[in-house]
Amino acid sequence: MLRTGAVFTILISAFTFPSKGATQLNGAGATFPSPIYQRWGQDYNKTNPDVQVNYQSIGSGAGVKQFVAGTVDFGASDAAMSDEEIAKAPAGVVMLPMTAGSIVLAYNLPGVTDLKLSRDAYTGIFLGTVAKWNDPVIAKENPGVTLPDMPISVAYRSDGSGTTFVFTQHLSAVSADFKGKVGVGKQVTWPVGVGGKGNEGVTALVKQSPGAIGYVEYGYATHTGLAFATLQNKSGAFVKPTPASGAATLATVQLPANLRIWPTDPVGADNYPIATFTWIVVPKTFPDKAKWAVLKAWLTYDLTEGQKVADSLGYIPLPAPVVEKDKAALETIQ
Amino acid sequence: MSERRLPPDSEAAALLTKHSKRVDLFRYLCALAAVASVGLLFWIVGHITYEAWPAIRTYGLSLIYSTEWNANFNRYGVFPYVMGTAVSSLIAMVIAMPLGVLIAIFLSEDFLPPAIRQIFRFLIELLAAIPSVVYGLWGIAVVIPLVQSWGGYAAGGVGKWLPLFAGPAYGNSLLTASLVLALMVLPTITAISRNSLQAVPHVLREGAYSLGATRWETIYGVLLPTAAPGIVASAILAMGRAMGETMAVAMLIGNSSRLSWSLLSPAGTLAGLLANEFAEAEGMVINTLMYVAVILMLMTLLVNIIGDRILAFSVRKVKGLI
Repeated sequence: MLRTGAVFTILISAFTFPSKGATQLNGAGATFPSPIYQRWGQDYNKTNPDVQVNYQSIGSGAGVKQFVAGTVDFGASDAAMSDEEIAKAPAGVVMLPMTAGSIVLAYNLPGVTDLKLSRDAYTGIFLGTVAKWNDPVIAKENPGVTLPDMPISVAYRSDGSGTTFVFTQHLSAVSADFKGKVGVGKQVTWPVGVGGKGNEGVTALVKQSPGAIGYVEYGYATHTGLAFATLQNKSGAFVKPTPASGAATLATVQLPANLRIWPTDPVGADNYPIATFTWIVVPKTFPDKAKWAVLKAWLTYDLTEGQKVADSLGYIPLPAPVVEKDKAALETIQ
Repeated sequence: MSERRLPPDSEAAALLTKHSKRVDLFRYLCALAAVASVGLLFWIVGHITYEAWPAIRTYGLSLIYSTEWNANFNRYGVFPYVMGTAVSSLIAMVIAMPLGVLIAIFLSEDFLPPAIRQIFRFLIELLAAIPSVVYGLWGIAVVIPLVQSWGGYAAGGVGKWLPLFAGPAYGNSLLTASLVLALMVLPTITAISRNSLQAVPHVLREGAYSLGATRWETIYGVLLPTAAPGIVASAILAMGRAMGETMAVAMLIGNSSRLSWSLLSPAGTLAGLLANEFAEAEGMVINTLMYVAVILMLMTLLVNIIGDRILAFSVRKVKGLI
């Protein structure tokens, strides 16, 4: 009994308290980059066994709240931080784009494998003004494709989400009508459709209902085998969502000093229209110097070695100039 | 009397005080537990109301009867969610109540050998132990496709003239959520109804038989009316559970704030609204969501008051019997 007790104590201490010299980095926030942050944590732990990264994917907004409250070492957000949120953070904020992704329109139309949607078509669908799949606005761009006389059922995220934020931001940039009726937000009131909870909810909606269309992250859509549409960008070209077309979009972005920007409506002919960075936020004056050295080393690893796994996980590797600016920003933190 | 040896007075007194001291301590513990649970309730209600106060002052009653929820434009109205909460739990109750009471009758009579009855009872009560997220996932995988295909037929047939089944038929709909809710409240109804049916004194049953009543006459004429208070209590508890259920409903109902007559349309509930919006809420939205929580509590209170009236009525009818 005594021995079991002793073994138990050792086990508990091994799992809950890192041994001497070990550092635990705690982060919380966006769900979209969670798989790649977890992966970076695991990979880094293999070469640096005394560093453990503990990332909780609780949503962008909740992550920012925990970061402002100072309960985590770093926060993560698809919507970076608003000026109001930055004002609340006592130790200042440095926002670092860590990885990026595209948002695709996944659809379920039996027999249709290659669907092209013009800007008018997809904004109309999400506004409810284009309600049937054989609407002339859709048919015009899809010659040779038999579009069914079927109602379009729109699927959206019912819970607050950075994906919704980026997608509504794009739709608002494209259509003044959308901006006036729905607006931009992590959660908005959609004029049409059905709300699914989480990525898995939207995916289930699209998979189960013929005639459905919904917005999900590229990685998620490829992972679950959903068909997704080719979209028209600002230059009028139709672009397939691929890591390359997403990277092309991000390459056009001129990062401002605070590194917070979205390519809301990119102009290049090869640019996929909806792509976004996702950020890790760190206090400008880090309270624990020793811990900051460890966190900085991990973030540097993510920005260099870490970018190589982005592709395989469905993310877009950061363009080289962005990585350079991130590294420069790391140096500004004390 | 005189042979009986009583302990001397002093000894008896000591025994008595010892005994009463123990009783007193126990009584204080009970009182403490009761006060603590009531105090906790007031604390929760008080805090929620306090947090909700700015929203209550700004929007007042208009929050309840306005039909548009659009946080982006600071327009807050929860009428569709109030309706969704009420209708989804009512439909669930309409389905689960007869089913649950019939199961309770079946399990409290001697239709089956006691061992098999025990297994049935155990399995049905096990339904209560399934986490609601699992009900939600099961609903996505099984109930949604069913409602979608059958709903499609219904919308094409009766739906043409009956607005309750008007198309287009969605899988994530009021009907789907209600069906899964019905299953979730079934064990509550069955367990409590069965207990109260079993608690009906044997004399009543025997009396009915001796007057020449058949088994079914006994069940409908004697057992059910006598067990009515317990059955009503089970309905109150089940209704409360259905109205407050969050996860499974949020996963299945489609979370839409548009009002529709059709059961095949997406809808929303107050609890689902809270679950969806809380994580990312900021500033005034938090106050408004707290106000929504207050409304949900008031709705539950209303149901409990109505249930209590019915309960008092049914108790009065069987007064003196049990």
